[in-house]
Amino acid sequence: MVLLKQLPDLVEELEPSPDGTDIDREFIKFILNEFDDQALEEALVTKESSGAEVIVVALDEPEVDQVLYTALAKGADRAVKLTGVPAGTWVPTHLRAAILAPFVRELAPDLVLTGVQSAEDLDGQLASLLGGYLDLPHAAVVVGLEVKDSIARVVQELGSGRSVEEQITLPAVLGIQAASQAPRYAPISKIRQAMQAGGLEELEAPAPVDSADIAIAQVRIRRLYAPEKSTHAEMLTGDPGEVATRIAEILRSKGLVKA
Amino acid sequence: MGEENVMSDDILVIAEHDGSNVVDVTFEMLSAARELAKDSGGKVLAAMAGGAALAGSLGAFDRVYLIDDPAVSNYSPEAFEKAFTHVVRDVDPGLVLTSTSTMGLDLAGGLSVAWPAPLVSYVVGLGREGDDVVATSQIYGGKLLAEVVVDSPHAICALIAGSFSGQPSPEAGSPDVETVSLEGIGPSRTSALAVHEPDSGGVDITAADILVSVGRGIGSKENLEIIEELAEALGAPLAASRPVTDQGWLSKPHQVGKSGKKVKPRAYLAFGISGAPEHLEGMRDSELIIACNTDPDAPIFDVAHYGTTVDLFDLVPELTECIQA
Ligand SMILES: Cc1cc2nc3c(=O)[nH]c(=O)nc-3n(C[C@H](O)[C@H](O)[C@H](O)COP(=O)(O)OP(=O)(O)OC[C@H]3O[C@@H](n4cnc5c(N)ncnc54)[C@H](O)[C@@H]3O)c2cc1C
Ligand SMILES: Nc1ncnc2c1ncn2[C@@H]1O[C@H](COP(=O)(O)O)[C@@H](O)[C@H]1O
Repeated sequence: MVLLKQLPDLVEELEPSPDGTDIDREFIKFILNEFDDQALEEALVTKESSGAEVIVVALDEPEVDQVLYTALAKGADRAVKLTGVPAGTWVPTHLRAAILAPFVRELAPDLVLTGVQSAEDLDGQLASLLGGYLDLPHAAVVVGLEVKDSIARVVQELGSGRSVEEQITLPAVLGIQAASQAPRYAPISKIRQAMQAGGLEELEAPAPVDSADIAIAQVRIRRLYAPEKSTHAEMLTGDPGEVATRIAEILRSKGLVKA
Repeated sequence: MGEENVMSDDILVIAEHDGSNVVDVTFEMLSAARELAKDSGGKVLAAMAGGAALAGSLGAFDRVYLIDDPAVSNYSPEAFEKAFTHVVRDVDPGLVLTSTSTMGLDLAGGLSVAWPAPLVSYVVGLGREGDDVVATSQIYGGKLLAEVVVDSPHAICALIAGSFSGQPSPEAGSPDVETVSLEGIGPSRTSALAVHEPDSGGVDITAADILVSVGRGIGSKENLEIIEELAEALGAPLAASRPVTDQGWLSKPHQVGKSGKKVKPRAYLAFGISGAPEHLEGMRDSELIIACNTDPDAPIFDVAHYGTTVDLFDLVPELTECIQA
């Protein structure tokens, strides 16, 4: 099972909403969280090597149908959209995990994959929270995965080039950092085909795990703001030639250009 | 707010080590905790799993809970989570500080559910207002800051490394070390197999005076050619952000950042790199940073000394020419 989530495209301008506690979600573009895309790829690779069935799951959030159909076009076997969730606002990761936990428990997949993090994970990352709610082993920053029988061999990056390898008895939840190959591309024609075939299952989201209420209520965003640009770079303007000349001068003045 | 919501003043830092040294972020968490405890008079405590020989170099903590048990002799997310949860419940601090390292990402969520306590991640600023913890988090890849109020008797904050200053200060006292045993923690479904050290092969980007660094903005492996020409003209090695190495456009030893190399050249030229916190962690201390990114709001411009929004495909060939001239 792969858990997917849409994120505001970070290349776009993000503005706080008028009350200053969320971003203005009305006109922004959403894209699949890049690490969820890696998780999907790793699931598809696993399917190819071990014959697993891949189910992609997302909460009913803006522009999510597109993501689910794309996943089907890439080779996922089932796509499920959980409806009846808070719409058009920031969903705390605790709430996301608390909604997904009963659903995962019911379907009982051998392996749950999701992205290591998302840029909106203000109150924690999904893999570890979901692992917590389900009392399943979990691991973050996963860059290697091999599944055999009901054992996963997992490689986690520890930082500075170090990594650790371990063996996990399934089921487990993994936060994928990078798949073993770059995420595949689904041609528009195939996505369109998937859309025409329908096949998106819409299910009512289960009631969230009760114990999540507290952790959700206790974290309150008071203010959302763009960082003060007190240390902002001095911007070099002009045509490319002028900017290049300035940069070369700066490097020369520091003695960094040999010739 | 009721009496039951009053937070203990004690702060527990989850110390990190790499087997041979205490990792810097530990001292950053220590100084953040000291700052918070200054007014409240709370104690600043550390919990560390394995690395018994390093407990003495933790310095200015009031007490260290050292988990010394075969179950944590190698990193295992499950054993570490159980071990730290055990210590946290036993010590019952108001606030637990961890980082957004792999260990922190593994621990924070599970601990948040098990302890239980609310969690704030990506923290770059921390304060107290009365009984509330007020944390500032960097979200949306560093494009926005969120000021978060936590009204709870317990809280967990996961700090981004490099956001707080902190120096090792082993001379500042030898903390009282209490060894914790893990009896009754139960079997683990996760078993550690091996720790792999970085392969030292290939380029060494940490030694260069000047680095030409490239991000996803380059678009494809074929496009790297123009960057290679510039690097060659400058006699500089190529560096890269994570997507570039993940795609296999450049090999891993070129990667700068949290899971790559930490670099501090005399000049760092960044082309098509947005400046996500995980990238900044590896290069923000460079002496001179010049960034090229078509998005005027890209966070890289907050750490760069000079910036330009000229398209890299227009700029780089011109720059190569200027350097060769
Ligand atoms: C646990 C963990 C560890 C990580 N470790 C690292 C790490 O070690 N190093 C690292 O770099 N990242 C790391 N990351 C990933 C990090 O979160 C970001 O995804 C990554 O840094 C983004 O790389 P980027 O800036 O190249 O790409 P993007 O964020 O996609 O930015 C590309 C930029 O290029 C600009 N651009 C596009 N076209 C042009 C053009 N023609 N001219 C000029 N500019 C252009 C765009 O405006 C954009 O800002 C890690 C993430 C996690 C979760
Ligand atoms: N407290 C810790 N924080 C981070 N990593 C740890 C910690 N304890 C152990 N490790 C990891 O586990 C490996 C084995 O630990 P050790 O046997 O204590 O040297 C180390 O190389 C670390 O990467």
